[in-house]
Amino acid sequence: MTAEEKTLDIWVAGTEEPEFSPTDEGEQEFSDSESEDRLADQYGRVIDDDYVFDDEVADDERMVVNMGPQHPSTHGVLRLQLEMEGEVIRRTKPIIGYLHTGMEKTAEQLTFSQGPTNVTRMDYLAPLHGELAYSLAVERLLDVEVPPRAAAIRILMTELNRVSSHLVALATNGMDIGALSMMIYGFRERESILAFFEKTTGLRMNHNFIRPGGVAADLPPGWKDDVSAILKDMPERMEQYDDLLRNNPIWLARTEGVGVITAEEATAYSITGPALRATGVDWDIRKAFPYSGIDQYEFDVPVGENGDVYDRYRVRVEEMHESLKIVEQVMDSMPKGDYRVGDRKITPPPRARIDESMEALIHHFKLFTEGFKVPAGETYVAVESPRGELGCYLVSDGNATPYRMHTRAPSFYNLQALPIAMGDSLVADTIATIASMDPVMGDVDR
Amino acid sequence: MKVLAEAFESVTWTESHEQTVAEVPAEDWYAFAEAAKDAGFEVCVDVTAVDWMRQRPKRFEVVANLLSMKDKQRLRMVTGLDRQDPTVASITPIWPGVGFAEREVYDMFGIVFEGHPDLTRILMPDEWEGHPLRKDFGVGSVPVQFKESHKVN
Amino acid sequence: MATTPPGNLLMTTVDKAASWARTRSMFPATFGLACCAIEMMATGAAHYDLARFGMEVFRASPRQADLMIVAGRVSQKMAPVLRQVYDQMPDPKWVISMGACASSGGMFNNYALVQGVDQIVPVDIYVPGCPPGPQSLMHGILSLHDKIMSGEVAS
Repeated sequence: MTAEEKTLDIWVAGTEEPEFSPTDEGEQEFSDSESEDRLADQYGRVIDDDYVFDDEVADDERMVVNMGPQHPSTHGVLRLQLEMEGEVIRRTKPIIGYLHTGMEKTAEQLTFSQGPTNVTRMDYLAPLHGELAYSLAVERLLDVEVPPRAAAIRILMTELNRVSSHLVALATNGMDIGALSMMIYGFRERESILAFFEKTTGLRMNHNFIRPGGVAADLPPGWKDDVSAILKDMPERMEQYDDLLRNNPIWLARTEGVGVITAEEATAYSITGPALRATGVDWDIRKAFPYSGIDQYEFDVPVGENGDVYDRYRVRVEEMHESLKIVEQVMDSMPKGDYRVGDRKITPPPRARIDESMEALIHHFKLFTEGFKVPAGETYVAVESPRGELGCYLVSDGNATPYRMHTRAPSFYNLQALPIAMGDSLVADTIATIASMDPVMGDVDR
Repeated sequence: MKVLAEAFESVTWTESHEQTVAEVPAEDWYAFAEAAKDAGFEVCVDVTAVDWMRQRPKRFEVVANLLSMKDKQRLRMVTGLDRQDPTVASITPIWPGVGFAEREVYDMFGIVFEGHPDLTRILMPDEWEGHPLRKDFGVGSVPVQFKESHKVN
Repeated sequence: MATTPPGNLLMTTVDKAASWARTRSMFPATFGLACCAIEMMATGAAHYDLARFGMEVFRASPRQADLMIVAGRVSQKMAPVLRQVYDQMPDPKWVISMGACASSGGMFNNYALVQGVDQIVPVDIYVPGCPPGPQSLMHGILSLHDKIMSGEVAS
């Protein structure tokens, strides 16, 4: 019997004092009749929890830790059940649904033209991508083609949105690992993009800007100056990030070889976006199924090698460079013309026409009370959001509201890879891995 | 895709807005998915469902979007399920990535996926009753009442 | 006869001094839920700089916080968690309901959302907007400061 297994006789006040002192080495051993089970019971080594199943390991090492839903590093209200052996995570179970908003049900109540207000609140870091996927789906059911200027504005806005979203991803990833300056930097640059968004759409987030049949408004006067300023500032600022992160030994030590996902696992688990490309798979919806004329612009698809946190970070940074490249090309080649389709059954008439034309008034009234009707049918349209394939499965039964609207949320699928990425890693790497997957809980739970 | 069409005679092939749709009988669901994976559709992008209520003889429709990265091709496989017994084989053994999606469909529509390792509610609380995205489940909206307002009769 | 005591003395009431101290160092709990949380983070970041009001220390633990900014929509599943976090905060504590969803359910009047966080916790300030910009949030926070200073909200 080892020394650890001896009991301590604790003297309780008011009772007879034991004959020996606690330091006494005397008759304190258990007799042989004490069974092993009882000993284990006494020491609290038997954990009455079905979740713990592996008897091979010493039981007192194993514990189940709940992380979240209220935790600063889970990017919202993600909850993880971690089964740990000391510092090592053996199993992870993501528990989601804490932000379930019932948006797919709400979408069935809103008309097709009201729909973007709903989907824009799903992935709140990339609201324009959600609107784009929804609008493209409606347009495909309607079988209309938006004018070239509308398509170009859509690309301009979504690619800027990709930069702003990746900035937040970098910022939060940095903050979680301890590079708090990165958080300040990321949000600083994001403000310059949001200022442009606010000027164009009227809101910093949740724009409801891209709508079926075009965009809500034309670009404001002087937009080229604003975009040029962003294009001029950003590369300079991104060098600062490289100074801060890429050449930082602490950052490298915390990210390289951490949270590895292989290419096979990534395809099996339907992972898309930067997390997939970091594993070395060259897959981008913008190249494979081009939308809104994005195939006219030249850009590369950055690909990683190892699929670890560092590669995901690098892919994001490279993607920001590529997005800025696209934005520059769009800016230089912005076509003239209308920013929404001319079909008055879909597009509301200009405000000035309502005062003059009875027909315009009727169209306006019909559009905003009843909404336009969409032929029956169903379609699936996907765009490349900053987190991956953002798809919209839209079913219409011929009415003015969707019969069913389902969003294929990239974060929802990427989140499933957390248990694989975090398998047998240290608990300190948990937050680095979560942050590198960049889940947006509004997107996960919808 | 030709291989698939030859192997499964029970499958109806249609085109919907330039996308190929394969209507699979429920009993062939798993076999078809397995064959589709062998035919090059290595990613199952999404699994969802539609509740057709009384509009169609089969009330529920389970929809899976497949993707072939090599051929840059999409394939949508759908199957209809009866209202009394909405049960279909789970395709998680083929694509583990649809685990969450099938749980979501179970949560939202009450469709049972046989063979799913952990078919529990995912978005709604565990003790929730009903399946919200079914058409006979109300929106659950609360009438808006302005505080301290006077009701005008 | 002199009515004021000599020397450098300030006359005040204990209440006022306490309220002043409370407003100058409010520690918000990080209770980011949805879109509004991003704006809350933006408020704390460089451009808007919530540190000017002595509030940049977002506390990860509710035990160390005295202000809960409910930033975003509260689902039925989250409601018990929210209440528990609120109960864990030490007195005196205040709640700001940030955004339309937290205040009234916003545009999502459906089965999944709690229609207004005031059904779960007492709310001192409602900040409108979807999401409210950082300026709106700061206005809400400053309004709460005024409210505390005026003694309107005691606890």
